[in-house]
Amino acid sequence: MSLRNNQDHSRFKDIIRGRIKRNLKEYIKNGEFISKQGNEKLSIPLPRIDLPHFKYGENQGGGVGQGDGKEGDPISGKPQEGEAGAGKAGGAPGEHAVETEVSLDELADMLGEELELPRIEPKGNNRLSNRRMRYSGIHHVGPDSLRHFKHSFKNALKRQISMGQYDPKNPIVIPIRDDLRYRSFKPVVNPESNAVILYMMDVSGSMGEEQKEIVRIEAFWIDTWLRRHYDGIESRYIIHDAIAKEVDRETFFHTRESGGTMISSAYKLGADIIEKEYPHDDWNIYLFHFSDGDNWSVDDTRLCVGILKSRILDRVNQFSYGQVESPYGSGQFIKDLDEHLKEHEKIALSEIKDKEGIYDSIKDFLSQGR
Amino acid sequence: MPKQLTKELQQMQVEVEKAAKGYGLDFFRACYEVLDYDEMCMVASYGGFPVRYPHWKWGMEYDRLSKTHEYGVSRIYEMVINNDPCYAYLMESNTAVDQKLVMCHVTAHNDFFKNNLAFRHTNRRMIDDAANHATRIRRYMDWYGVEAVESFVDAVLSIENCIDPHADFIERHSKDIIDEEDERFFGEEKVERLPSSREYMERYVNPDDYIEYQKKKLKAKKEQQKHFPVQPERDILRFLMAHAPLLRWQRDVMDIIWEEAQYFAPQGMTKIMNEGWASYWHSKLMTEKMMEPSEVIDFADRHSGVVAMQQGQINPYRLGIELFKNIEERWNMGRFGPEWERCTLMAEKRVWDKKLGLGRDKIFQVRKIYTDLTFIDEFFTHDFCKQHGYFAYGYDKKKQEYIIESREFEKVKQKLLASLTNAGQPIMSVVDANYENRSELLLEHEHDDKDLDMQYSKETLKNVAKIWTRPAHILTRVEERTCMLSFDGTQFKEKIIDRAEK
Repeated sequence: MSLRNNQDHSRFKDIIRGRIKRNLKEYIKNGEFISKQGNEKLSIPLPRIDLPHFKYGENQGGGVGQGDGKEGDPISGKPQEGEAGAGKAGGAPGEHAVETEVSLDELADMLGEELELPRIEPKGNNRLSNRRMRYSGIHHVGPDSLRHFKHSFKNALKRQISMGQYDPKNPIVIPIRDDLRYRSFKPVVNPESNAVILYMMDVSGSMGEEQKEIVRIEAFWIDTWLRRHYDGIESRYIIHDAIAKEVDRETFFHTRESGGTMISSAYKLGADIIEKEYPHDDWNIYLFHFSDGDNWSVDDTRLCVGILKSRILDRVNQFSYGQVESPYGSGQFIKDLDEHLKEHEKIALSEIKDKEGIYDSIKDFLSQGR
Repeated sequence: MPKQLTKELQQMQVEVEKAAKGYGLDFFRACYEVLDYDEMCMVASYGGFPVRYPHWKWGMEYDRLSKTHEYGVSRIYEMVINNDPCYAYLMESNTAVDQKLVMCHVTAHNDFFKNNLAFRHTNRRMIDDAANHATRIRRYMDWYGVEAVESFVDAVLSIENCIDPHADFIERHSKDIIDEEDERFFGEEKVERLPSSREYMERYVNPDDYIEYQKKKLKAKKEQQKHFPVQPERDILRFLMAHAPLLRWQRDVMDIIWEEAQYFAPQGMTKIMNEGWASYWHSKLMTEKMMEPSEVIDFADRHSGVVAMQQGQINPYRLGIELFKNIEERWNMGRFGPEWERCTLMAEKRVWDKKLGLGRDKIFQVRKIYTDLTFIDEFFTHDFCKQHGYFAYGYDKKKQEYIIESREFEKVKQKLLASLTNAGQPIMSVVDANYENRSELLLEHEHDDKDLDMQYSKETLKNVAKIWTRPAHILTRVEERTCMLSFDGTQFKEKIIDRAEK
């Protein structure tokens, strides 16, 4: 059953969406949402939406109450502003914030709209598309087995009434050829595309808690966005210091290691995984690497560039490198990548200064729509 | 969809109304509709009306109401609209006792709407008109675009409370406007002379200095009339409607909002009385006529919920019912009038009972001719205040919390009256529509110890300027200093002015 106020209610929801979008940056950098998935509701505090009017300021004048207490005693509970509303006393609490619920998917969409992220066109959809017939249309011709009785009957009735052939006392309806209607099919293409995201993170001594928090939040939003576009998405996680290893999600986000940094180790492992398990004709492959940009040696950096060029870049949809600013790192790696691979269209580089930077960095990574 | 009343409820309505008539209540024909909670929330968000003009604020209110209901924070038992016939809604999930209680309560509201003088000029066909308003605004939205109309409605709604609730009762503007034509004909002769029947008396009846004085008065008046508006205009909404450069549809939208605001104003002015009256009668009708013995506990539970006391805020239901009971008792025992006032012997006062039995008549008279402000002013007595433990509270800036300031009767009453003045809204008026000779709008806030909320004022001023289409200003006082807040269409300016006279 729908209420008459649907229009007003959805207009209000639009306004709320607008407010959320405006403050999206604040919500993005909030780490609380990380444990949520897909359709789960997030509750977002919003400043109270109100029509402005002339009113007395807060804490002006006071008022009159009733009950026990001596002069000078505090009164329990903050007095409410007298709101002449319908119903019983005790309307909205004196709070000036309202909690709004949105699902993570909605938030991801808003993020997309706000950052003007292009929709991703999955590759390989020709190969793996799944064609099915759906009987959802009505046609004038068709086999008898698909005859749509209700439609045919209605047409016949309409025709007879309009031609004055219908006699309510003797309600016989005889359809002719023109009245008959048949169910017809439309092909529905369900593109079935596979995607894998490979997250790689530098966990060497120079990556502190804050840096990891940034990576965690950013990875979460990227994950959410990509999941909006692919049904079955796989995520793989690699951590590295001087050597790389594959870990599960939990470890990826919470581990704390220390040691030197050999980025090439991670790239090597990543390339191996891709080659072995994800033939690039069938898979959309995304690589994200986060580091503080402090590689062990120039040689290793050269090795990295080599691996990227020969084994990674022509296989993946996009290779993204995010460099988190850290007090210890030199931050050289991003410059090297930029220098050697600037021309390459599949590479996206981004520097993330602090939590505020996450928002822009997401845009850097996802604005190409590959 | 609203459901038909069940047989039991129809029977109940007949019985309640019969009992109510027996006590002398006089009400419009009542139509009850049964709604489920979702519909109830919708109707309540529309202020009780089945159809209102399209606006997101109803959606917001609905959102809030249905959430608080779902979380069990509050629930709506009843809704009643001041209309002829009077429409009231019953919640489907209410128990039979609830419904009976609600019917008694609603019947008394109905009686109050019909008889209280503040409601005399309200539109009793508001249900129809609200639906017509909806159609009109919807049509404008089709013609001029949802965005354009909605943002204009938003702007007008923010001065919705800047109306003159007494407009229907008072002629604010004196009609004797000096006409320039007149002046040319009569010249200076137009000064008012006292009547004298003999010509030789003229010199004595209207001596020269008197004529001189009259001329001065006339001149001052003429000077004043150069101002626009001539007198400060409290009904800002209407002033803008009449004088702002508006399109026709905009004027019509303002008219709609003004009319609806005017319709709701008496309800804001009689909250305590109206709820008190309804509570008084539901308790009277239930306990004396309607209640089955098995329903006593449920009734007591609901009734105590209605009149529950919460520290730090006035429950209009409670204050109202206690005052009505107090008045009835006093007039029954003859505890009023000069004789009672003059008596200083406590012992004598305590046993004072003249057995006049005028109580019932008195409360009926009170419900007819008072509004909250006059009601409290007249009947909130020293004894009543002490007996029921009222106190005045205020915000302690050092402690950062509200504290009980005083239990002195005068202070309590003063605070109470202040909170009821202009229904608790700041009094604003248009003082100059040609400020600085640049057709800018100057509003003045009648400061009474309470500062305006600056954030809200700014946003409101913005909307006023939007309607007026020229810069607008507010003259007010902030922290003891006279202050001018201006909005020129793009930015705000605050200026401290310490005028000589203040």
